This record gives sequence, C-alpha cells and structure tokens, in this order.
Amino acid sequence: MSIDASVRPKRRVRLDSTVIVYIALVVVVVVGAILVNTAGRNFFSTGNIRDILTGMSVLGLVAIGQTLVVLTGSLDLSVPYVISLSSLIAAETMRGNPNNIAQGVLFALAFAAVAGLANGLVVTKLKVNGFIATLGVGLIIKGYLDTNYKGSSGSVPTEFQYIGATGLGPVPISTIIMLALATLVFLFLRKTRMGHHIYAVGGSLEVSRLSGLRTARPVIVAHIICSVMAGLAGLLLASRLGVGSPTVGSQGGYDLLSIAAVVLGGTLLAGGRGSIWGTIGGVAIFAVLDSVMSAIQFNPFLKDVVRGVVIVAAVAIYTGRGLERRRARFSTKEVSR
Amino acid sequence: MSAATTPTTTPAVATRAVTALRTLISPRGAVFLLLAILLVSITALNPNFAEPGQLIRFVQRVSPIAIVAIGQFFVIVSGEFDLSMGSVIAAQVVLAGNLIGQDESKIVPVTVLMIVVGAAIGLVNGLVTTVLKVPSFIVTLGMMLALLGIVYYVTGGSASGNPADSFRELRRGGIRDVPVVGIIPWAVIVLIVTLAVAILISRSPYGKTLIAAGDNVTTQRYSGVRVWWVKTSAFIISSLCATLAGILLVGYAGVHPSVGRGYEFIAITAVVLGGVVLGGGRGWVVAAVAGAFTLEALFTLLNFADVPSTWRDTIQGVIIIAAVAYSAVAFRARRKVSAPQASPSEEKEPDPDGHPAHPAPHTRKSTEVD
Repeated sequence: MSIDASVRPKRRVRLDSTVIVYIALVVVVVVGAILVNTAGRNFFSTGNIRDILTGMSVLGLVAIGQTLVVLTGSLDLSVPYVISLSSLIAAETMRGNPNNIAQGVLFALAFAAVAGLANGLVVTKLKVNGFIATLGVGLIIKGYLDTNYKGSSGSVPTEFQYIGATGLGPVPISTIIMLALATLVFLFLRKTRMGHHIYAVGGSLEVSRLSGLRTARPVIVAHIICSVMAGLAGLLLASRLGVGSPTVGSQGGYDLLSIAAVVLGGTLLAGGRGSIWGTIGGVAIFAVLDSVMSAIQFNPFLKDVVRGVVIVAAVAIYTGRGLERRRARFSTKEVSR
Repeated sequence: MSAATTPTTTPAVATRAVTALRTLISPRGAVFLLLAILLVSITALNPNFAEPGQLIRFVQRVSPIAIVAIGQFFVIVSGEFDLSMGSVIAAQVVLAGNLIGQDESKIVPVTVLMIVVGAAIGLVNGLVTTVLKVPSFIVTLGMMLALLGIVYYVTGGSASGNPADSFRELRRGGIRDVPVVGIIPWAVIVLIVTLAVAILISRSPYGKTLIAAGDNVTTQRYSGVRVWWVKTSAFIISSLCATLAGILLVGYAGVHPSVGRGYEFIAITAVVLGGVVLGGGRGWVVAAVAGAFTLEALFTLLNFADVPSTWRDTIQGVIIIAAVAYSAVAFRARRKVSAPQASPSEEKEPDPDGHPAHPAPHTRKSTEVD
C-alpha cells in the first residue's frame, strides 16, 4: 500500500482517463484471450475479431451520441425507441426497392433529428431534467410504436443489407462507419466552437451563462446529434435484419448500456469531462467481455452480473482519481481544454 | 392535503381559502387536483367506480406502486436515484417463491431473510454511492443488471416456485365483513401503515436532514451531518420498500422473474408527478403517493375510455414532462414573486434563468412539512 502511495502521484500526472480505459481494454483482451484459449478456441481468429467489431458498431454509434449528451450534463433515455422507429421508417419507406434507399435514410434521420430536437427543447426551454425529459419523449415514441406496429414491418433492399453484412477483411463496413463518425465527432468537440461550448455547459451551466454563452444551444445540438446517431444505429440494425422492428432498440437495452459505456469510458456523468475515444474504449470493453463470455460458454444470464460489476467498479476507480484531479483544475496545465 | 374549504365568509377563512387554492395550483398541490379530476372523470364514465368496495379495490391495486414510490421518494429527495427497485422486487419475489414453497413454517424465517437481503442491497447501493463516490445512477444501474442476471440465472427465466397460500393471503385477503366497504384488504392496511411511518420519518429530524442533504450537501457536511449515513439509510429504506412491494406482488402476480419490471421508472414518474424535484431537496411524501394514485387513476380512466392500452406509455410520457415542466415554471414564477418580499430593497431580478433548485428559503420551508 505504502509503495503504491509513493508511486501514484507521478502516474496521476501522466495518465489521462482515456489511457486508463485502453489499459483496461488491453487487460481485458489479454485475460480474455487466455480464457478463450483454455476453452480451446482462438480469440484472435478472423471470425472472432469480426464478431467483436460487429458487436461494437451499433452500441458504438449510440454511445458516441450519448457521450455528447452526457458531456452537456444531460442524459438520453429515448434512444431505444428512436432506434426502433427509425428502423421501421427506413424499412417501410424503402419497401425493398433500391431506388428508395436515399429517401428511406433521409426520412429515418429526419425523424431522429426531430426527436432529438424535442428532447433538447424540453430540457432547455421547459427546464425539465434530462432524465425525465428523455424518458418522457421515449415513452411517447414507445406508445406510438406499440399502437401502430405489432411486429416487424417493411423490408430493406439487398443493396442496403450489404452495409451490415460486408467488410474489408475482418473489419465490417459498419464498424468503419462508426469509427469514421467517432473521428468526426472527436474533431467537432476539439476544433469547433460548439464543441467547446458543449464541454463548458456541462462543466458549469451557471458559469457558461455568466460568460455569455447561449447555454441552450449546445444542449440542443448534443441531443440532436445523439438522436441522429441513434437513427443511424436503427438504420444499421434494419440493414442487418432486413426489416424494421418495433422492439429492436429496447431489446438491446441501448439506453442504459450506452450510458454505461460512456461512463465506463471515463466521461463524468455530471458532464463537462470526457472523451469520444474513451467511450469507444468502453464500448470495446463491453464487446470483448461479451465475446469472451460467449466463447467460454458463460451462462448468458450471469453476463449481466459481470457487466453490472464492471461498470460500478470502473466508475469507482475513475471517481477516486477524478476527485483528486479536480484540485488541479485551475492549474496552468489545464489550458489545453 | 387538498384541504376542503367550507364556503364561509369570515376574512380569516377567506385568506385560508386563498392559501388553500394557491396550494392546489402549486406543484405539490396540483397532483391532488389532478387526482380529483381523474377520479371524477372515471366516475362519470363508470358510476360503479365510486362504490366503496370498488374504491378500496382501486387502492389495493395501487398499493405496491405507492409503496415503491414512497421508497423512491426518500432516495430522490436526498438527491440520488434508485434504478434497482424493480429488480429488488423481482429478486424478493423469486426468493419467496423458491424458499417458502408450500411449507408454512418457513414463512417467518424467509420473510426475515428477505428483509435482511433488502436492507443489504440498500446498504451496498448507499455505501458505493457515498463512500466510493460513484453516481447513484450508475450504482443502482449496476445493481439492477446484477440482480436481474442472478434472478434469471436462478430461475432460468421462467416462472418457478409457489409460496404457500397463507403467505399470499397478505395480498389477496383482508379484514372481512367490514360495513360499507365489505373487505379491507391487507395491502391497503400495509400501505396506510407504510405511509404513516414515512410521514413520521420525513417529519423527524432525520427526515429533515435527509431533505437538506438533497438540497445542499456541502452545508450539511459543514453542519456536522454524517451525509454518508443519511443517504445510505435512504437507499436502505428504498430497498425495504421494494421488498414490501415484492411481498405484496407475490400474492397478486405470482412468482415470475419479470414481476417488478419497470417499477423503478413508474416510481420515479409517480414521485415526480407529486412535485418532488429530481436532484433532491424538495418534496412531500404524501404528494409522491398521490402521484402513484394519479398515475394508476390515469390508466384506469384510459381503460374505461376505451383507449388502447398501447397508448398508455405515450400519455404517461406527456404527463411526466408536463408535470416537471409545470413545477419548474411554477417555482421560477414563485421565485420572481417572492424575491422582492425577501429583500424589498433589491431590484426585481429580470432573468432567473438558472436551474430552479435554489428557491427563496421560505418557499422551501413550506414544502418540507405538510
């Protein structure tokens, strides 16, 4: 213990929480690979890598958007229903006809953007807590889904199904799209004024307001991007299933899992601190855990137990560090952000 | 409560009537107004509903939700969340189903075990939140995943076990041959007792500390409050309430791992409908229970009005947003009015745009106790 304490201060200066996430990812991969090998399988086989990367793509898309929302200090619990409805809108608009692909994608994303706008406006203009606002908007969409769709509906042309089914070597196209979007959002957060405002509003709403920011805009923008990302996830799922499904979002549990991935990636739930790459690392940890547990034929129900423990343990580690880092917040090194 | 005012004309009574009216349109009173409107509408659609026997059945139906809402109230008012309540219910239901079986002699020990398990879950939730400083949203989310995983692992995802009938009696039976209502179900009595205890708790020094901790942790810490213990005990209360609801639900719904699913969100909705502010520091437990009744009354009304049950969620969504928006707007309006009263020399602040979590002190005092 005493040795630890003397080493710690040095490490703390260097290690960013994103780095820790990737160290954790490496540890999970190594331990997982050993476990999978003892079960007589090859963790690094092309098929397995492809499965893990495929598993990352949908949750990754949702979690990228969720990161933005969490950074502003809000939440988005409506994503599962946005996912489901946009998959349905896309599949019903396309009706198996390749000429309708663009239209289907457009309609689905337009709906998603409207849902995000609604979330953002309720949070900022009506001053409703993000938890309640997005829970409410989610329930509204869920009621619509339950009333109008009894089962899967519409169909997606084969050309569109390729997006979910093909890949470059072991890397699926869907994962490439997800990573490309992650890069875009990363640049958005890093390079644009709005990106910086998202951090500022999440760090302190009051201080941002007193500094002359229009505090509503970053929150609304974050919510719109988040919902559009969920819409993309819905499109991807539609492309995989070949149809639109009213339950595909809620079955995946994407609301809570994406928040868990964001937090696992080192983003503060209270907002203002975090990174996209951390989130992608969190998503990767989930995907690797899933794959390893399937490979060693771990009881599927107990997977959730492991997930739950991992989430809480990870956040406990971050917050333990975060509280100490807080003090250094106004030191000269913090200018970078 | 929705103080029924008699139309007398003495000035004192008049001012009281005005105060009562203002309370009725205030966020914490609005829920009673809404409840009254809903009950009247239900009765208009279906006159049978107003019969005492029917009403008591209604109360019986609401009681598990109301009890869960009471538990959630204590957690929310202290500034935290409990997302694990639904899975605590599921765990307790499965525990009761599998351990009691048809052996009546096991009822008491297993009930004790369930209470211990409930308290332990709350203790873990609370300690991880307060000592390890993990946001309660994440802690209870993790607890929810873990408990549900265990429950599904143990049961294999299907209904299993069947506790002795005398255990189920708590939910099904009651005091029979009561004049007027016919039967007073045990569930109603349990609810009344729980509510009474909850009111006592929230009026006690502990309860006030809890609310104050939700309002401002720092001041509480400086005033020497053991915040970690205050909040942890709120989580314990919440898990115990979920346990109680689980015991009631065993008799009603049987033993299935999906019992209790979604209860945490229903409870949060109910609490929020009751004007309790997410983030803590303000709320009244009776209004939270009224929120649970309002929600169930709303569903009953939709049922009688032949609205497809699939629209329930949509309406619940609209109501919950409207309720919170209303209280946010109302509190801001009150702040505008009360600010000059508190300090008459100051100019009226033009833009109270910040979050309405810090109202004028006297506003808060009035919301704490009845």
